[in-house]
Amino acid sequence: MSEATKTPAAGGRASTKKELPEHLKAYKHVWVFIEQERGHTHPVSWELMGAGRVLANKLGVHLAAVVVGAKNEETQAVVGEAFCYGADLCYLVADDILKDYRNESYTKALTELVNTYKPEILLLGATTLGRDLAGSVATTLLTGLTADCTELDVDAEGSLAATRPTFGGSLLCTIFTLNYRPQMATVRPRVMPMPERATKPIGRVIEHPLGLVEDDIVTKVLAFLPDRDSAKSNLAFADVVVAGGLGLGSPENFQLVRQLAGVLGAEYGCSRPLVQKGWVSSDRQIGQTGKTIRPKLYIAAGISGAIQHRVGVEGADYILAINTDKNAPIFDFAHLGVIGDAVRLLPALTEAFAKRLSPHTRDRLAS
Amino acid sequence: MHIVICMKQVPDSAQIRVHPVTNTIMRQGVPTIINPYDLFAIEEALRLRDQFGGEVTVLTMGPPSAEDSLRKALTFGVDRAVLLTDRFFAGADTLATTYALATALRKIGAEFGPPDIVFTGKQTIDGDTAQVGPGVAKRLGLIQLTYVSKINSVDAEKRLIEVERRAEGGVQQLQSRLPCLITILEGVNEIRVGSLTDALKAARAKIVRWSAQEAGVEDITKCGLRGSPTIVKKVFAPQPRAQKAELIELGEQPGESIVESLFQRQPKLESELEKLARGY
Repeated sequence: MSEATKTPAAGGRASTKKELPEHLKAYKHVWVFIEQERGHTHPVSWELMGAGRVLANKLGVHLAAVVVGAKNEETQAVVGEAFCYGADLCYLVADDILKDYRNESYTKALTELVNTYKPEILLLGATTLGRDLAGSVATTLLTGLTADCTELDVDAEGSLAATRPTFGGSLLCTIFTLNYRPQMATVRPRVMPMPERATKPIGRVIEHPLGLVEDDIVTKVLAFLPDRDSAKSNLAFADVVVAGGLGLGSPENFQLVRQLAGVLGAEYGCSRPLVQKGWVSSDRQIGQTGKTIRPKLYIAAGISGAIQHRVGVEGADYILAINTDKNAPIFDFAHLGVIGDAVRLLPALTEAFAKRLSPHTRDRLAS
Repeated sequence: MHIVICMKQVPDSAQIRVHPVTNTIMRQGVPTIINPYDLFAIEEALRLRDQFGGEVTVLTMGPPSAEDSLRKALTFGVDRAVLLTDRFFAGADTLATTYALATALRKIGAEFGPPDIVFTGKQTIDGDTAQVGPGVAKRLGLIQLTYVSKINSVDAEKRLIEVERRAEGGVQQLQSRLPCLITILEGVNEIRVGSLTDALKAARAKIVRWSAQEAGVEDITKCGLRGSPTIVKKVFAPQPRAQKAELIELGEQPGESIVESLFQRQPKLESELEKLARGY
């Protein structure tokens, strides 16, 4: 049975409150794994530094960044950035073997750091790398790992309370790792807000050797094929997003979503059913199993607003929803609603925005 | 080749509803299905068997009713189905689950031949953790290849495999060795329609059933709730927003009505959108 189908421990809460075993009391401080590849740090790492800082302050402990990568200037730059995002100290494993992510080498680096320096909490981004790594590390350390958390807090006893959606988002549960250390959690990009960056000097760096040679590692990276830029969406960081759902009626109508997005300079996306039907590519999916977005404005056209979708858009500042069904769940959490046919209203909106916003867009629209 | 798939029977989460009063999941009438992500694993395994010969075994840890999904897997042409079922497994989190699955996989290896590849789907639609694949790989000492979008080549003799793995901003082309564990991405293939022969075989097949003891579990305290480091302390439905959406009346010009209503309520948005539109 998965953790989602578990009921709270039998015997009531009292029976799960054991004194933390002596050898685990040595585990202190909050760590955030900084995910970086080819010189680029995944922004989720900084979002986690923000969340980690809140936890560390509540616990009265340090916040440490964990940087793993090649022995070069790019990795050094990441170390520097970690202090600008609030690290009190930085653990570093730098070795050219770590140039590309591989499960074997990164798992060794991170588990050794944990066994040596003993953090009480270890956070990673729920990216493909983060989830690949977290599962291995947690199993190697035989500790608890909570995936895709939407909220992190500490309770009165200083235990990590990790809240996450299950059953596609229908239910939320709060999960504790009481008698094992470290308490591990992964968090999706764009769930936690991006903290402020403050220019700071490099602080204390504790470097640790990798202890592997290339021949020890079975998997080899033959090549990295970057996605074509034109195909890449920037949904996660877009300020304005327009999305369409089944209410559009047919795949041809998805054009209307793209046109409105074009006029607004916005990103476009869709709900899960459109990806399942093959109308839109999966990198455009917004929701529990797609992307989480935090735009200033989100326009949802013909989307019913099922919980799986809601989970991905709740961080939006303002939501405008268009749907023919006045009972659609989207109107429970949208700010502004229009009962109407998206296929009719999207072109009308496109034209209205074009006229209102700027002569330039009107000209572009006309061309 | 011997290829094993770890498959899960799950409630169809798209149909899950939360009871408005008790805040618990209403299971009655919610159909159980093969975890949709596992279907891609099953198809990939069958393709490799078609290409290289050998056998495909599917393993499920679950209640006795999980036999339904195993029988369904057999109709696709899977050669053997194993159900790992025991009340001691109840309440397991991912660490306890991988302990049980790894134990069963060792037993499968001993009885039916060591697996060359273990497949799992990307994640389940109920737990949604994506942790079981990596956990099983670690426990069995299998090379772990997750988010695989394509298997480019397999050399069964030289024990080599080449795959494509989804990473941020692109795809890693990896070379690795067998035996390995692969978590496969959705959409990489399409599950076949089983043949009539397979359907008949499935109906008559004897599904192997193992209790914890029969599977060779050495330490029962590592299973189920007892073996789970994570504890669910609170379960609740997402909070409804205090205020529902304000509905706009549409005038003669519906587009203009909407834009006007929007900017009246959110004046800052107008300058934001202006900037965005201009910069485009």
